[in-house]
Amino acid sequence: MDIVVLMKFVPDLVEDLEIDGSTGLLERSFLRLIPNELDEHALEEALLLKDRCGGVVSVLTLDFGDVDEALFTALAKGADRAIKLTGEGFDQGPSNQRIAGAFSRALGDLRFDLILTGTQAVDDLDGFVGGLVADRLELPYVGYVTKVTPADGELIVHKEYPGGLNAEIEVTRPAVLGIQAAEKPPRYVVTSKVMEAMKTRKIEEIALGEVATELEVPVAAMALPESGSHAQMIEGDAQQVAEKIVTLLRERGIVA
Amino acid sequence: MVNVCVVVETLRGGITDITFVMLAGGRRLAEGLQTKLTALLLGHHVQKLAGELGAADRVVCIEHDRLAEFNPEAYLRVTTALFEQHKPRIVLLGHTATGTDLACGLARRLQAPIVAGCRTFSVDDGTAQYSALICGGKLIATGPLPEPTCVATMMSGGYKADEGRGTRTPAIETLTLPAGLDRLRVNFKRYIEPPTGDVDIAKEAILVSVGRGIQNKDNIALVEELAKALGGAVSGSRPVIDQEWLPTTRLVGKSGKQVKPKLYLALGISGAPEHAEGMRDAELIVAINRDPKAPIYGLAHYGAVVDVLELVPKLTTALQRA
Repeated sequence: MDIVVLMKFVPDLVEDLEIDGSTGLLERSFLRLIPNELDEHALEEALLLKDRCGGVVSVLTLDFGDVDEALFTALAKGADRAIKLTGEGFDQGPSNQRIAGAFSRALGDLRFDLILTGTQAVDDLDGFVGGLVADRLELPYVGYVTKVTPADGELIVHKEYPGGLNAEIEVTRPAVLGIQAAEKPPRYVVTSKVMEAMKTRKIEEIALGEVATELEVPVAAMALPESGSHAQMIEGDAQQVAEKIVTLLRERGIVA
Repeated sequence: MVNVCVVVETLRGGITDITFVMLAGGRRLAEGLQTKLTALLLGHHVQKLAGELGAADRVVCIEHDRLAEFNPEAYLRVTTALFEQHKPRIVLLGHTATGTDLACGLARRLQAPIVAGCRTFSVDDGTAQYSALICGGKLIATGPLPEPTCVATMMSGGYKADEGRGTRTPAIETLTLPAGLDRLRVNFKRYIEPPTGDVDIAKEAILVSVGRGIQNKDNIALVEELAKALGGAVSGSRPVIDQEWLPTTRLVGKSGKQVKPKLYLALGISGAPEHAEGMRDAELIVAINRDPKAPIYGLAHYGAVVDVLELVPKLTTALQRA
C-alpha cells in the first residue's frame, strides 16, 4: 500500500509568540518552525502500516525554509521518499487553503492508495489540511483517526470520540485520513542515522510556481491572551511554593 | 430562508454540550444580524430531541437510517444539498471529531471560507465578527466572518452550554432527504467502548494531572507518590497519553474525560484549549509550569512558575509531614 504523508510546519510554541506592532498580526520573521506534531503521528502510522504490509511511504512538505532536517529525519525513520514542494508565497503565513492547493496539485502526479496527515495543526485558522485536500481530490475523508487496518481493498479505521469512545469505520481506498494519534508513540531516531541520511539520501523537489490562495479568512488583529490575569501567583522557590500550597490546601480543608 | 444555522451534534442518541455552546453563539449572531437561528438536526428517530433546542427559532429535522450515527460522507451530502438550496449566511459546526470532518467539504462546496476554532462572536455595525483561539491557546485571532457565506467551527470556553439551553418552543419542520445516500465510501460499523477496570478519574475528588513538562515516563512515579500523599489519582494531558506514559483512561480533555474535582493540580500542563475543555470546571485549580506565559494560568485559581520536577518531591514531603 503506497502512502503519502502530508507534513506542515507550524510555530514552535515553546518559544514566545509576538505581535508585529505595524500589522497587528503574529510576528513571523523570527518564528522557529517545526513539523506539526500530529503530522509526526501520521508519519508514524504510515511507517507502522509499511512494516505490516509493505509499500512506499512518501513524505510531502512545502518549502517553508528550513525543512530539510525534518525530511532527512523522516527518511532516517524509514520513509522511502521525501519531496519538497517549492513555489511562491508559502512563507506569508499559515493558509491551509493555499497549502492544500499546493499539496493537491503535487498529488495529481503521485501514486498512492492512502494519504495521511495530522487531523489538525496548532495554527489552523482557515480549515484543516486533510479535509481540504480530500475535497479537492474528491476523496473520502475521516479525521480523529487513531488506528488504520487495511482489509480487502478497504480500510478499517478507529475514529476517536470524547470519553475514550471509538467508532469503527470502513473507508474505501484511496482516502485521506486525519490522524489524531498513531498506534504507538512516534519512533525516535538517533542523530547519527539522520546524518547518514543527509549524506546518502536525496530530497526530491517539485516546482509548483505560484499557488494562489482562495477562500481566505480575514484577520483584523491578533492578540496574546492575558494568561496571568486569572491565577493568583504564588511566589518563592520550589520549597516555599510547596509549603504555601500545603497551607492553601489545609485552609480549604482539602488535606488535614 | 436559513440565515444562521447550527448543525446539531448528537452522539449515541443524545445532544452533545457543544451544540448548546453553538446555539449560544448562534443566538448572538442571529440577534445582531436581525435574522433567524435555525438548528439542523440530522439522524434517525431524532425529532424527539428537537424540544431541547429551544434557543433556536426553528428546528429542521432530516431523518434517515444512514444518518443514525455520524458518517462524514453522508452528513456532507445532506448538508451540502440543503445549504445549496437555502444559502445560509453563517453555518456553525463543532470544533470536534464530527464538525471538523464536515467543515472543509461543506465550505468548499458552498464556495465559502472556514473560520476554525471560534470561541465568541459579536456583531458591530451590522458586521459579524469572530474571535478564535489558536496556537495552543497562546494567540487570539479576530476579524469579520466573511460574506456572503461562511462556515465556522466552534470550541467551548467562550459561552457556557447553559446559555444555549433556551426555553422557547421552536417551530419544528421535517424535510425529506435532499440527497441520495447510496454507494457511500465511508460506512459506520460499530462503537468500541472505552476500556474499563481502571480508576475513573471523573469520580476522583483530587487529581494530580501531568503534562509534557513531566519530561519522561520515569518521573510518573514521583507524581504517583504525590497523588498518594494527597489521597488522589494521577491524570494527564494528551502528549503524556500519546507517549504511553499513562493509559488512555487517564486522559483529561476534549477526547478524554471531563473532570470536576475539588482539587486539580496541573503539573507542567500548558493549558491548550483541548485540555481546558476537560478541567475548566474544577473547584480549585493550582497550576505549576516553567513558562510564565502558559495559558493554564488563565484558568487556574493559583499558579507558580517553578520547575515541576523540583517541586513535586518537596510537595510530597511537605504533605507527608503535615
